[in-house]
Amino acid sequence: MDILVLLKQVPDTESMISIADDGVSIKGDGLKYVINPYDELAVEQALKIREAQGGTVTIVSVGSAKTEQAIRTGLAMGADKAVLIDATGMMIDGLGTAKIMAAAIKELPCDLIFAGHRAVDDDNYLVGPATAEFMGIPNISMAIKAEVQDGAIVCQCTVEGGTKDVKAMLPALVTTQRGLNEPRYTSLPGIMKAKRKPMDVKTVADLGLDAAELKPLVTIKSMSQPPERKGGRMIEGDSVQAKVAELVRVLHEEAKVI
Amino acid sequence: MASDIYFNKDHHAVRMAVREFVNKRINPYVDEWEKNGFIPLHQVFKQMGELGFLGIRYDLQYGGEGLDYWYECIFYEEFAHIKGCSLPLAAAVQISMATPAIYEFGSEYLKETYLKPALKGEKVAAIAVTEPGAGSDVSAICTTAAANKDHYILNGSKTYITNGAQADFLTLLARTSDEPGYHSFSLFVVPTDLPGFSAGPKMDKLGMRASDTAELFFDNMKIPAQNLIGKQGEGFIYQMKQFQHERFAVLPLAYTLVRDMADITVEHLKNRVAFAKPLIAKQVLRHRLAGYLAQAESLQQLTYHIIRMKMAGQDVTKQVSMGKLIAGDLIIKAAGGCLQMFGGSGFINDTLISRYYRDVRLLSIGGGASEVMSDIIAKTSGF
Repeated sequence: MDILVLLKQVPDTESMISIADDGVSIKGDGLKYVINPYDELAVEQALKIREAQGGTVTIVSVGSAKTEQAIRTGLAMGADKAVLIDATGMMIDGLGTAKIMAAAIKELPCDLIFAGHRAVDDDNYLVGPATAEFMGIPNISMAIKAEVQDGAIVCQCTVEGGTKDVKAMLPALVTTQRGLNEPRYTSLPGIMKAKRKPMDVKTVADLGLDAAELKPLVTIKSMSQPPERKGGRMIEGDSVQAKVAELVRVLHEEAKVI
Repeated sequence: MASDIYFNKDHHAVRMAVREFVNKRINPYVDEWEKNGFIPLHQVFKQMGELGFLGIRYDLQYGGEGLDYWYECIFYEEFAHIKGCSLPLAAAVQISMATPAIYEFGSEYLKETYLKPALKGEKVAAIAVTEPGAGSDVSAICTTAAANKDHYILNGSKTYITNGAQADFLTLLARTSDEPGYHSFSLFVVPTDLPGFSAGPKMDKLGMRASDTAELFFDNMKIPAQNLIGKQGEGFIYQMKQFQHERFAVLPLAYTLVRDMADITVEHLKNRVAFAKPLIAKQVLRHRLAGYLAQAESLQQLTYHIIRMKMAGQDVTKQVSMGKLIAGDLIIKAAGGCLQMFGGSGFINDTLISRYYRDVRLLSIGGGASEVMSDIIAKTSGF
């Protein structure tokens, strides 16, 4: 079974993010980059299925030269090979990324695709389902269980307040949700082996796409930091009774929570 | 980052792998281990072995990774971020104290039977040299191994043995002749499941409280002759060489720990307001911390110099002894100074700075005391 994983490199969630001078992007210098945590679940699930059924796991990523680091981590976890579409300098939105992914996947043997349900930097929830749409294959979102059974993928997915069981015939695309698995740690032998695993680097033009097709439909107008948390407020009063009465008043009239 | 001069992408990937392991699989459990006074080494080493952390420098054919000293240094730098030194100590025993002699001088049988499982984390190792009457003066040991046909009869005791209560085998130095001089000792691999072996209760220590340290007894214990490491009579020499690995392992731990202690102290001083200002504004405290960081940086540079010397095949005895002497002095000074800056909270056993303070006290004692390091430096300097 040939399994693909759509992988994005994102700033480490523990990084301190600051807005660049242009006001519409973040400062990249000094940031630590990692595999999008939901894509890590995707790599793990692909490896689990390969281990059970045999086959290959290929990572597909749209990024730039520095994306190789995240890809190598995926290869160190155990994926067999990778394709990087180098889109350095291009402004691409989620839909554009999905178009590129679909074009790249067309050239690869593919029975099943895993992707994170969203990337933790842009929070678009878009690339997985849109890629499936462009490819004309079924999409299952936010899986917490995913098993291959008789040419189909059978999933349990989270929905508001519960779960649902969904099945789709292969080829299909499944997006991952926390709880699907516990991604494995990269081992030293894994890291050393990953150095020798093939990574194909292609450009958007190599895939036969032209820049006009990828023109973003969504543009970022401005970015701002969330407001800083204000300090606490001490309730003053001469007695416990007075303080409690004041606290109740503030919660009721000002905070409007009771 | 200055360290990028020394490290490439592969080094970085290994660093990240160890860091993730420390953050997710180790640090969440350290408080519990400290409370219990025990680390389940078989379980932790198994995880480490699977990830290839125990055999970084060892040959692929014995289950190692075949990497160089830079990678081992990275491993120790990252392992130093563990919130307490007991596991770094236990791991250093497994990697750099009890196994190098088997790897360098042991037979294929010993490598297959003991080294391989140790690198996989299936067997826990300990180094048994120190005795009640012999510490830094190794040649004063009294434990005897008398040759008898196809085996040796081992009698005596060892003390302060790290991993001693959990070890599956000991790399043990014993006297094999009454003759004076350094050729009367031999190094053995001693499995702890043979009759005649017993371990005393876990010792109650000032620091390294999660590490199991025990006194070990050997009563007419029959050790197969094939468990002799290398040649009979060469054990003292082998052990002196093995000590170089042990002492080297202390260096990356020390400078990383100094920085971690400085980090948590700075954080405390920023938040601690006294006389209407955060304490970090006090020049005397800032300068004290700056001094520790400057010395940590120089120790790191000496360490990297030693790695280059090792890679070039040079003898590093003098430089490693210098490094260990500096490391021991620096870390005790920095731990005491940082604890002072924590004020009353530093005196509470549960705080991290207090744990560091207790744990690092061992660094100038274990693996050859600072005074012994000074003697080696004097001798190798020709006086």
